[in-house]
Amino acid sequence: MTTERTPLYDAHVAAGARLTDFAGYSMPLHYGSQLAEHRAVRTGAGMFDVSHMAVTDLEGAGARDFLALVMSNDPDKAAPGRAVYTMLLNEAGGVVDDVIVYGRENGYRVVSNAATRDKVQAWFGGHAGPFGVALRERRDLALIAVQGPQAIEVFTAVEGMDVAALASFACLERAGSMVARTGYTGEDGIEVILPGEQAAALWNRLRAAGVSPAGLAARDTLRVEAGLMLYGQDMDDATTPLESGLGWTVAWDPPARAFVGREALARQREAKPGRVLKGIALNVKGIMRPGCVVQTGAGDGVVTSGIFSPTLGFSVGFARIPRDSAGDCRVVVRGNPLPGRIVKLPFVRRGKQVFQ
Amino acid sequence: MSDAPSEAPADVPDDLRYASSHEWARLEDGVVTVGITDFAQQALGDVVFVELPELDAQLQSGVEAGVVESVKAASDIYAPVSGTVVAVNDALEDTPESVNEDPYGDGWFFKVEPDDPEELDELLDADGYTEMCESDDEDH
Repeated sequence: MTTERTPLYDAHVAAGARLTDFAGYSMPLHYGSQLAEHRAVRTGAGMFDVSHMAVTDLEGAGARDFLALVMSNDPDKAAPGRAVYTMLLNEAGGVVDDVIVYGRENGYRVVSNAATRDKVQAWFGGHAGPFGVALRERRDLALIAVQGPQAIEVFTAVEGMDVAALASFACLERAGSMVARTGYTGEDGIEVILPGEQAAALWNRLRAAGVSPAGLAARDTLRVEAGLMLYGQDMDDATTPLESGLGWTVAWDPPARAFVGREALARQREAKPGRVLKGIALNVKGIMRPGCVVQTGAGDGVVTSGIFSPTLGFSVGFARIPRDSAGDCRVVVRGNPLPGRIVKLPFVRRGKQVFQ
Repeated sequence: MSDAPSEAPADVPDDLRYASSHEWARLEDGVVTVGITDFAQQALGDVVFVELPELDAQLQSGVEAGVVESVKAASDIYAPVSGTVVAVNDALEDTPESVNEDPYGDGWFFKVEPDDPEELDELLDADGYTEMCESDDEDH
């Protein structure tokens, strides 16, 4: 299987990227130092090529009702110019994917994960039948995330667009491009969806204005610090939003909305899930990694995401552990049970530690 | 390594000896300084913690002497020669990035007084180590 390239591939190579195969795409892992890239996003402005993600446009009179069936969150939050984060669930309440749905004047746009591209297309296709909805995958588009405390100011200066006026999770469209006040880093910023042939020019203009290219490795440490889950790692087809710290993405009202997975999820909500995802911070040196066993007073669990936090200087992560677990715990790292504690997410918000 | 490096090739100084586990050894005035190679630090990525042996510890060649942990993975450090630890680089506690920035200088790990200095001859020379790294790259 050949590895696909985004429209920014040449720009990555020119910037000295170490490339890695990610979901069939050759993507930048880092450009020399993932720590420096992480810090650039926390203190200034960084940008990520996320063009490997899948963009699907939904049009037609039945688009809204189709979304009401397939998304866990409230489809009416995606009014024109508004975006909403939601799960797509299977009948058992497991997560098919996590996506952002953008409301447009004439329909909706869904951005889903790269690794789930084929599964989500098939799953959409399997549910679209009864609705008057046209699904169109947009492989012609590129995605650039500009993130950091200076992101809005720099983007405004470079593009002459007043993105500062955009509320969080608001979006606007101009000349074939969409700009949304969204991100995956816990910092202020925007994500731009634009024609692929325009991507390199925007990337280079931002770079000339001092925005640091940042790779997938920094994207991972930033999102874990921000308490944001990663599909395939923190949740998957076999785990529900209630077991993944994502219960807030389920809109139970109105009770009559029969979205896929609702019945199974309602049963689990009633019975209460045995294990849920919580934040863990290590008290000592060492780094928890996915798969590490977590020992708590209420029983054992497992780390789903674990990193060295560049902002905090120690290791943090998420673990699926017994619902009633709290306080001190131990994380088995390379055979050694290291002391840690169960904490409230997120770990970092706007560059600062937020948990006790 | 699964990642295709597009950066500069690794630096392999001619005057050092190398273990196949990617440590370098430099003999000076009867003492062997040990660190990890440029190839190793590139593969590991940003180093964030280093665990060093205790002063006066007796090391056996080929046996674990410490741990280097990067953003990406933890990796054991093996003693390239047997001997007694006579110095450890405590500065790495505060500046682990030295391992990335200056692997053959400020990024050194520890110094050993070797039981048998001739043991160094069993390690790879620069050409041998370069060849090994190149064939590792081709294997993956």
